[in-house]
Amino acid sequence: MAVSVDEAVSTGPARDHAPPARRLGGRGRSVLEVVLLTVLAVLMLFPVLWMLETSIKENRDVYAIPAKFFDFDVTMAHFKDVFVAPDGGRTALSVSFFNSVVVAGVSTLLATVLGVPAAWAYSRFAVRAKKDQLFFILSTRFMPPVVVVIPIFLMYREFGLIDNKLGLILIYAAFNVPFTIWMMKGFVDEVPAEYEDAAMLDGYTRLQAFWRYTLPLLVPGIAATAVFALIFSWNEFVFATFLTSSDSVRTAPPAIAGLIGGTTTDWGLVAASSVVFALPVLVFAYLVRKHLIAGVTLGAVRR
Amino acid sequence: MKDPAPLTTDHPGQVVSVTPPAPGRSRRLSDRWLAVTFISPAMLLLLAMSVFPLLWSLYLSFTDYSATRGGPAHFIGFGNYTAILTSAQVHTRALTTLLYVVGAVGLQTVLGFGIAYLISRRTHGRGVLTTLFLVPMMLSPVVVGLFWRFMLDAQFGVVNSMLGSVGLGQVEWLTRQRTALISLIVVDTWQWTPFIMLIALAGLSAVPKYLYEAASIDRASEWFRFRTITLPLVWPLLLIAVMFRAIEAFRLFDLVYILTNGGPGVSTETLSFHIYKVAFLGFNTGTASAYGILMVLVVIVLTQLYLRYLNKLKED
Repeated sequence: MAVSVDEAVSTGPARDHAPPARRLGGRGRSVLEVVLLTVLAVLMLFPVLWMLETSIKENRDVYAIPAKFFDFDVTMAHFKDVFVAPDGGRTALSVSFFNSVVVAGVSTLLATVLGVPAAWAYSRFAVRAKKDQLFFILSTRFMPPVVVVIPIFLMYREFGLIDNKLGLILIYAAFNVPFTIWMMKGFVDEVPAEYEDAAMLDGYTRLQAFWRYTLPLLVPGIAATAVFALIFSWNEFVFATFLTSSDSVRTAPPAIAGLIGGTTTDWGLVAASSVVFALPVLVFAYLVRKHLIAGVTLGAVRR
Repeated sequence: MKDPAPLTTDHPGQVVSVTPPAPGRSRRLSDRWLAVTFISPAMLLLLAMSVFPLLWSLYLSFTDYSATRGGPAHFIGFGNYTAILTSAQVHTRALTTLLYVVGAVGLQTVLGFGIAYLISRRTHGRGVLTTLFLVPMMLSPVVVGLFWRFMLDAQFGVVNSMLGSVGLGQVEWLTRQRTALISLIVVDTWQWTPFIMLIALAGLSAVPKYLYEAASIDRASEWFRFRTITLPLVWPLLLIAVMFRAIEAFRLFDLVYILTNGGPGVSTETLSFHIYKVAFLGFNTGTASAYGILMVLVVIVLTQLYLRYLNKLKED
């Protein structure tokens, strides 16, 4: 299968559709297509733009009827509210952002440390029932979170891991390991095994050959894989909301969702915290755009 | 790229190891040892965090255990399973889930493929367009759910405001039975159309150019080219995307939780959401476990189909 996101995303010359003798109305059709694409792009991007706009609107403009698109008063107060409490201290939201960084970071590190060697082993060695093992690994990733969270909840209650960052880190690592293995196996497959064989002829052990020759070549792949694992953990909501409760442990997704609990909702604050929350994801996603297909299909579809 | 085999060793300490170890048996043994030590930590984590909990669920599904009542669990055989499979409540949720999966995935497929097709016909700005279209997909369901809840608000939501300005009436998007499910489908479509688009675009870019050239020499019509070249070549990859989305949509929980909380009434309760209610609001842990196991069975069947198909595609 010759599929590459590079091709899909590249701005390079597209295949030439225009037949040599352009039929009548070809130009009109092309214009129609551009218009259609523009309309669709606006539709897709409008909610994001509206979120950005709401996050910098004065409160009375947020609730204005009819909605104000351009002539609103700009304020940075909502962003300040995300981080600074009225009494000058840190807000629960800012603590939750910090928790998210810790939980997503550590779980990604754990998943990478466990997943990369496993991916290398699956790629290089004749493991018994390899295909079945790989299928099993991926299918654990497809389990409905709500179903898994019930026994996990009971299990954590036994071990005192409820409302504990370690609990979240472990479950996120377990959800990211299948992804890491599948994604990394693809990257390892692309590095010729002959490099290691050559190194071993020079007297290195297999482990040294992996460490000195294969691993350095895998670094870009590892980085891309880790970024995706980071995004998955960062965005995760179900486990976070059921396994944590206190402000000091809670990650950002349940904390942001908690903003709409009361009778009135400060939508400006919701918008601002959503922007703060989503911005790093978009930046990271942009960095790994070349691997986006493999990333979002859990490493199943690639070139 | 790094030199596969350096001509000289830079570290004097390594010189000793130039004498190769005895090849053969010991190497094969150490290979097996390496494979085991490299794979087992990851496997152990999966066994502890995925398999063990599921086995526990399986055990609980045959009991009347309740997480809040505590006390010993009584073995009740298949009681939970028959209760679930014959429950009219569950049938309603199954129908809701089916409507949602078919509606959302169907809409995403049509729109996603359409956008991909339009983008693939452009010569300029394909990179920018693709990047822009992909934004919704990367957002957390929490952000998506909250934000659409704000936009669909009956009073001050921007959607109703826009409808009003073109002279259309107000719609209670999230508080009417029928529109709530439609809203859910619309929001999910908004978020995941880019997913289908991305994969369809990859498929479209992989169609060899010479096929189109041959077709245009034959003066084949545009529609004929689309039907006989584009669609058959892109379809296998598109199907992967569709199956993937169907599995994801089947287990949907977070968007429902945030956007409608299952309501109004039970009109947007998916199976996942119902399990949550049984487990965490009704505290019937045993019943919820059985419910969960049944859902896992469906997911396993779907995943198997998906992986089989994926494998077949890779081998071709």
